[in-house]
Amino acid sequence: MADSFSINERMSGRRKFLVAATSVAGGVAGAAIATPFLLSMMPSERAKAAGAPVEVDISKLEPGMLLMVEWRGKVVWVLNRTPEMLESLVKVEGNLADPNSEKKQQPEYAKNRTRSIKPEILVTEGVCTHLGCSPVFRKDIAPADLGPDWQGGFFCPCHGSKFDLAGRVFKSVPAPTNMVVPPHTYLSDSRLLIGSESEGSV
Amino acid sequence: MSNLFNSMLGWVDKRFPLSSNWKAHLSEYYAPKNFNFWYFFGSLALLVLVNQLITGIFLTMNYKPDASMAFASVEYIMRDVDYGWLIRYMHSTGASMFFVVVYLHMFRGMMYGSYRKPRELLWLVGMAIFFVLMSLAFTGYILPWGQMSYWGAQVIVSMFGAIPMVGETLQQWLLGDFTLSDAALNRFFAYHVVTLPLVLLVLVFVHILALHETGSNNPDGVEIKENKNAATGIPVDGIPFHPYYTVKDIVGVVVFLFVFCGIIFFAPEMGGYFLEYNNFIPANTLQTPDHIAPVWYFTPYYSMLRAVTVNFLGIDAKLWGVILMAGSVVIFCFLPWLDRSPVKSIRYKGPYFKIALGLFVISFFVLGWLGTKSPTPLYTLLAQIFTVIYFAFFILMPLYSKIDKTKPEPKRLKE
Repeated sequence: MADSFSINERMSGRRKFLVAATSVAGGVAGAAIATPFLLSMMPSERAKAAGAPVEVDISKLEPGMLLMVEWRGKVVWVLNRTPEMLESLVKVEGNLADPNSEKKQQPEYAKNRTRSIKPEILVTEGVCTHLGCSPVFRKDIAPADLGPDWQGGFFCPCHGSKFDLAGRVFKSVPAPTNMVVPPHTYLSDSRLLIGSESEGSV
Repeated sequence: MSNLFNSMLGWVDKRFPLSSNWKAHLSEYYAPKNFNFWYFFGSLALLVLVNQLITGIFLTMNYKPDASMAFASVEYIMRDVDYGWLIRYMHSTGASMFFVVVYLHMFRGMMYGSYRKPRELLWLVGMAIFFVLMSLAFTGYILPWGQMSYWGAQVIVSMFGAIPMVGETLQQWLLGDFTLSDAALNRFFAYHVVTLPLVLLVLVFVHILALHETGSNNPDGVEIKENKNAATGIPVDGIPFHPYYTVKDIVGVVVFLFVFCGIIFFAPEMGGYFLEYNNFIPANTLQTPDHIAPVWYFTPYYSMLRAVTVNFLGIDAKLWGVILMAGSVVIFCFLPWLDRSPVKSIRYKGPYFKIALGLFVISFFVLGWLGTKSPTPLYTLLAQIFTVIYFAFFILMPLYSKIDKTKPEPKRLKE
């Protein structure tokens, strides 16, 4: 009868080893069978392949106008900034969290005050770095809801983050970093390629 | 007839513990005799659960979990399927009413100290049910693939991206893509209709088992099991659950159904609080609506998420927001150990606890209201103040519950 043995006697030596070995083998088998299920939830081959660059014609983009382009399921903004808009970038600099774009949220060629290749054309992902909403383009100066210091910029309706017209984040808002500038290049004066830095590398 | 019934029952009882379970959990399960209004909400939660399961099954017969078809299939249910509108409104109203009854059920526990020893595990299982319920609400809200579905999901999933080191990979694993897309909709559908309901059913079963082990608490917070009739072993202040409380609960069900039907037939959108207007616009991946807010039952936590605007202790504001939001829900789990009062029920607790609970309720409502509004500097400041009050209720509890002037608990229940 089992209860005539003490626990120590029943679990001693060989049996203890066998129980431990079986448990370990079972655990390994469990982890092994869980792996394919968990990995099946990663982005599929089709999802990985769907990242092709997009070409945009910006010849009709008037100064002050914002163009929305879809790239990799995300919105990318192309903004043609007026001279006044470019001036505002200097005015707001004292209130920015990262005015010199020290955090790597842009390619090297966009690490400048305008965060762009051509000073007037801003190319940035229209995605708030807080929790992924798409901010609203607010070019009105000093509106009632955004306060007298507002020089035009992007306002996230979800959690109130603010960015200037170069996608640089203001201090004391939930978003931690400037908006992401995607890799891009100009194929000609009016043809912009988003998602790639050279014509060949598609 | 009764002989035939008895012999059939005898046949079953030899093969399955039917009579013994009926007795143990209903006809000879003794509950305190002084249950009041607040004790309706457990059984009502069960009723809403059944409503969600049944209406949910019928909705899946016509719904399509495909990003290009989901929105249209919901409109198809609303317009072309016979009584589709009724089934969908029962489901959508049921979701909000689930939270109404569960919040009242939890508040009952907080008032009468139902989380205290020996019911800590009962409370923790209840909290697990609450977490699953929140996940169900979230995954269900994504399915119509409207603007609020899309951008709400975007915000919630991005929170996982705030976790240091593994955030980005975790986010891709959750989405099955690099952005929120068809892959995510499809898998959230699987969670919503299979995974989470199964987990919920198991947890509800465990919750009731744990309840029937310790027995119910009551408005006086007195343990009825400590005072049993010596001859019968039955608690002197207990009455059998069936028929006394089954009949009482039926009254609650009838009143609840009046309210429930009133909402379904006259205000299924509840002024944009149960079904948000922006969700009648198909998901647009290029544009966030000008004003987004979660459904009412998530707004208090949402307010706390966006209340943090400064970096401190080397953690940025974004991660703090996520930590606070998660913390505001998880902190309920610690109540059994935070409360150091010698008495359970608010009836015998002192002024400090009553004031603290009052402030907590006010902050819950104010944060909930703020969560429906656009963030302005004033609203953000208010959210910060009430977030502090919300957490102070929990964090200071070991202190104020200990020094509070309590009244002595009675030995027997009041009539």
